[in-house]
Amino acid sequence: MSSLAYTISDTVVLAKRNLLRIPRAPDLLLSFTVQPIMFVLLFVYVFGGAIATPGFEDYTDFLMPGIVAQTMSFGGFVTALALSEDLRKGLIDRFRSLPMSRSAVLAGRTLADVATNVISLIIMVGVGLAVGFRFHSNPIEVIAGVGLMLLFGYAFSWIFAYCGLVASSGESAQAIGFIVIFPITFISSAFVPVDSMPSWLQPIAENNPFTTVVDAMRALWVDAPAGNDVWGAVLWSVGLIAVFAPLSVARYRRAVSA
Amino acid sequence: MQDAAIQAEGLRKSYGNVQALAGIDLEAPAGTILGLLGPNGAGKTTAVRILTTLLPPDGGTARVAGLDVVRDAAALRSQIGLAGQYAAVDENLNGRENLEMVGRLYHMGRAASLTRADELLERFDLTDAARRLVRTYSGGMRRRLDLAAALVARPPVLFLDEPTTGLDPRSRIGLWETIEARVAAGTTVLLTTQYLDEADRLADRIAVIDHGQVIAEGTSDELKDRVGGERLEVTLDDPGHRETAIAALAPMVEDRPRCDGTLVELPISHRRGAIAEAVRRLDSAGVGIDDIAVHRPTLDDVFLELTGHTAEEVAEEDGGQRESDRREEEQRAA
Repeated sequence: MSSLAYTISDTVVLAKRNLLRIPRAPDLLLSFTVQPIMFVLLFVYVFGGAIATPGFEDYTDFLMPGIVAQTMSFGGFVTALALSEDLRKGLIDRFRSLPMSRSAVLAGRTLADVATNVISLIIMVGVGLAVGFRFHSNPIEVIAGVGLMLLFGYAFSWIFAYCGLVASSGESAQAIGFIVIFPITFISSAFVPVDSMPSWLQPIAENNPFTTVVDAMRALWVDAPAGNDVWGAVLWSVGLIAVFAPLSVARYRRAVSA
Repeated sequence: MQDAAIQAEGLRKSYGNVQALAGIDLEAPAGTILGLLGPNGAGKTTAVRILTTLLPPDGGTARVAGLDVVRDAAALRSQIGLAGQYAAVDENLNGRENLEMVGRLYHMGRAASLTRADELLERFDLTDAARRLVRTYSGGMRRRLDLAAALVARPPVLFLDEPTTGLDPRSRIGLWETIEARVAAGTTVLLTTQYLDEADRLADRIAVIDHGQVIAEGTSDELKDRVGGERLEVTLDDPGHRETAIAALAPMVEDRPRCDGTLVELPISHRRGAIAEAVRRLDSAGVGIDDIAVHRPTLDDVFLELTGHTAEEVAEEDGGQRESDRREEEQRAA
């Protein structure tokens, strides 16, 4: 087998390892299934009535692209947790002493996130449709939106991978991720129109790449005006992967259990 | 030596200001066990990490199975097995899945990996637990699975970093027997330990490490000889007879015997007949004894002699502190 074939088979072996654990850890399963449902329902029924979204049929149409994008960005937190645990328990030492691909541990881990993101995505869209969300675009655009979400989620998995390898514990890896990502997702067009924010905050929200991604999703799913947002969103996602994947792999190659 | 399976020369490694290895030489001929003996923070784990390609040395060279640990790192990884200080197994997989995964990552193929997994589970007495999640395993079971994982690809060189730390005595002896069986089958083993009896029992040669340096090297017997070989210990029934006893025993030894209360210690060069001769001499001098025995020095004596402290003392007193310093430095350096 060529080295590329080994890289692929190693990655698949490790992705399988990461997916096998999910049905065995009920708390993890909940975070991929119940948590997205809860968020959709909370926003639609608790905040929905108070948030005016001119130009959208109702708040559910406005919300779904935003909340799906947010859920995708957090989908990779398991990566931070799992890598930091592997590091602490000496598993990374074992993997690094094996004649396997140097990128497979991280590639397998992030690939597993794509699979769980697919599950979350299906559940969220299902719940959204049940509470009144409707696609206003053609099927190709809907599928492009799904693709963009998985790409965007994958990019964030690499950010979490880096956090997991750098942090001293799983908890702190998660904390780093949440402290950075939570504000980014909220100071954006995801949940409220940017116009409704104080004027000093508007430019920040307007130029937040997360806003670009959410606006791209609105263009692809509910036919909002797109501008350059779709390409912008793809570029941002690819750019994040281009930065964090090599950073994480470089970090992994030097990682030793403390 | 041509057929040394492990050979290191002048290995150095520092983490920031902390020098973990200050230039150590190691050598293990194929099919033997080399024991690295030393307290916590002595540099044992750093040495293992360099030899298993996990960590590049700052200086020096090392070859394992004829391959350079830096230049030939990728090729070397298929020749070695590592069982670290922590049982490095996935808690969310069962025993069989863990071994299958390792086999696949050695590129053994699915069918071969599963066959090998079942074989090892059988050998390590884990067949009944094969389909149970590892998080339900006891500490001893995890260690056995960890060692099994290191053996999946039948590597010619095995690195075991404190493999029995935290194990109960029975599991410990079981693990020792497994290691001995591997070596009998031709495997070379580098074993680190802070237990003197473990090095004594398993290792063909022992390198005693302290502060990142090899302070003594040899067989267990050679090391023991360095602290003066055997001693005859006589316990007198009455401390008042001490001078009479010393005078009676003096012809047997060159040095003056050491005394402490009713205990008289004589360095002897020949074990054979020593007790009988001592008893005869003391008897004819009219000295009564409570006890008499030949005492073989332990590796603890060796450690005390070489470093001025026993292995346990260091581990307890400053080992923990040094270890945590090292980790901090390591993280800062990374």
